[in-house]
Amino acid sequence: MRQVTAWGRLSASPHHVINLNDPSTARYLICHGIHPGLAHGMGRSYGDVCLNPEGTLWVTTGLDHFIAFDDCTGRLACEAGVLLRDIQRLVIPRGWILPVTPGTQLVTVGGAIANDVHGKNHHVLGSFGDHVQSLTLIRTDGEVIQCGPNEQPDWFAATVGGLGLTGVITQAEIQLLRVAGPWLETETVPYANLDEFFRLADDSEAEWEHTVSWIDCISGGGGRGLFLRGNPADVGEQPEPVGHKLTMPIVPPVSLVNRLSLRLFNTAYYHLKKWQAGRTITHYEPFFYPLDNLLEWNRMYGPKGFFQYQSVVPRDVGQDAVQAMLKEIARSGDGSFLAVLKTFGNRQSIGMLSFPQPGVTLALDFPNHGDRTHKLFERLDAIVHEAKGRIYPAKDARMPRELFEAGYPRLAEFIKYRDPGISSGLSRRLMGS
Amino acid sequence: MNNKKRIVIIGATSAIAEQCARLWVQNQPADLTLVGRDAQRIERVATDLKVRSPQSEIRVVQAEFLDPDAINATVVNIVKSGHVDIVLIAHGSLPEQTECQNDLQSCRDTLEINGVSPVLYAEAFAKEMEKANHGTIALIGSVAGDRGRKSNYVYGAAKGLVTRYAQGLQHRFAGCGVKVVLIKPGPTDTPMTAHLKGKGAKLAPVEGVAKQIVEGVESGKPVIYVPGKWRLIMMVIRTLPAFVFNKMEI
Repeated sequence: MRQVTAWGRLSASPHHVINLNDPSTARYLICHGIHPGLAHGMGRSYGDVCLNPEGTLWVTTGLDHFIAFDDCTGRLACEAGVLLRDIQRLVIPRGWILPVTPGTQLVTVGGAIANDVHGKNHHVLGSFGDHVQSLTLIRTDGEVIQCGPNEQPDWFAATVGGLGLTGVITQAEIQLLRVAGPWLETETVPYANLDEFFRLADDSEAEWEHTVSWIDCISGGGGRGLFLRGNPADVGEQPEPVGHKLTMPIVPPVSLVNRLSLRLFNTAYYHLKKWQAGRTITHYEPFFYPLDNLLEWNRMYGPKGFFQYQSVVPRDVGQDAVQAMLKEIARSGDGSFLAVLKTFGNRQSIGMLSFPQPGVTLALDFPNHGDRTHKLFERLDAIVHEAKGRIYPAKDARMPRELFEAGYPRLAEFIKYRDPGISSGLSRRLMGS
Repeated sequence: MNNKKRIVIIGATSAIAEQCARLWVQNQPADLTLVGRDAQRIERVATDLKVRSPQSEIRVVQAEFLDPDAINATVVNIVKSGHVDIVLIAHGSLPEQTECQNDLQSCRDTLEINGVSPVLYAEAFAKEMEKANHGTIALIGSVAGDRGRKSNYVYGAAKGLVTRYAQGLQHRFAGCGVKVVLIKPGPTDTPMTAHLKGKGAKLAPVEGVAKQIVEGVESGKPVIYVPGKWRLIMMVIRTLPAFVFNKMEI
């Protein structure tokens, strides 16, 4: 048994860790081990969706081999433990790019599918699952299921965003997107309040492929922030930035993120960036994955770890709901500097349990202060529930079951596709098994 | 003929060797010959490398690791299709020490696969490279070969054999066109050491280890410790007097 933590570092619980290093033995290990098990990639999801306390984890990072790549069609086949980083580094110099990536590229393909991750371009290209052409699923009874949008689409819809609960994804085929190079033309636009944010979002969606914003959630609930938008740019050969990697060397005894540091940081960040606002050419790595060069940044929240709270609420009530959430957060005095506000496009996701839905999503992180933090979450839950929104399971460690059931109306349909030999901390908490 | 660097990897499915192969083809297209025992597993490595570097030539050879005649035939066959610039001899296995103590068969297997077999391969390549007066023989030893310790001395003895062998080979080729590089990795995060991880051992990431190996082989240094700190650690371990050393749980 080995102690394993998720990205939020909220708990360390013992797991039987089994490495799936070889596709030829993977099926045997999945069928003949201690059940329940759960596939586990880089462990970058925040709460208990990637954990299975006291159970088995099938670690997939050894399944890191490419299988085929066609330069003409942009079709890539690989094992499920391949990192998005390795795909980007392989294909961008050859004129292709992953159409959708989340805010870190240090995640596996399997994890990206199981959480149906999204990026800054949801309004144009949807989520990760929209670009998966087929995948291989191994069930704990030994059945191997090949599925895709045109092949057993029901299994595909259950597995995309299926939180790893329908089987172990071992391979996938992804349709990449043409790209001129690693550069983007980007623009930072400061906004003073939510009205301005929504106006900017509406104005940007037609012209800009990538939109996202950082919001200062501490300055009295006003909602000032920085709107960031970008488009792929063909600027020819330019020297690539040297990525200096820093590692958070220790877990500090208390969270470095606290009321004082937050206020200082947010004010300084807003004004510095406001001063630098305007258009520039940016490399894709700092634009898409700003924190990937600060290794183990999750340690800065101290030994008790931290929560992420990411919700999406429908657009018609979005502004009021976001305003209400910001007010609650400002009132609590806690808050986050990784506060992200973004509009999703007007499209439904493929997966039965996929998170993205039309509306506006707010992501925040909070140091774990126990009861005080949970009380704040309860007030935020009420706002999300009232607005008919939902919470992102990949980030969650605590949402109540009622909110999950209300937010995911296709849950009953999904349950039929679950693998009885697979379970996670999250599935036991929110689905009862 | 082509002007790509010709690299042969014995034990190409080993995690360290595979990461080295990825770096070699990433730097520039290479002519790689992957040698391994399990055809299906080498094919998987070869397929991956072909995707990473379509301009590289990737050849696959299924081979025997213990029979001298078969080893000789494999090497002669490889060299027949052109001079070899680098051979990386990387195969091995790390058993539980207690298994070696309780079962002589396992003890012998450990000595053979980690000690005798790499030496036979190196010797076969040495003969060919000497004729060409060109090439680098890189052997993966281990810090475990620097001083026998109760936790892994059978494996350590085999790696110690490789160390002494590499020394002799370096002496033999001093001042000529053949270079011999001995690589001594510390505990590295690979499938071979997965059972140590569960016990809380601190393991070096394999990508970093491979990077240092590729750079070290390029520079032709006689002995490379990876990560470098192990040179110092093992110097201390080697020089500790027995009355101190024997009290240590290592």
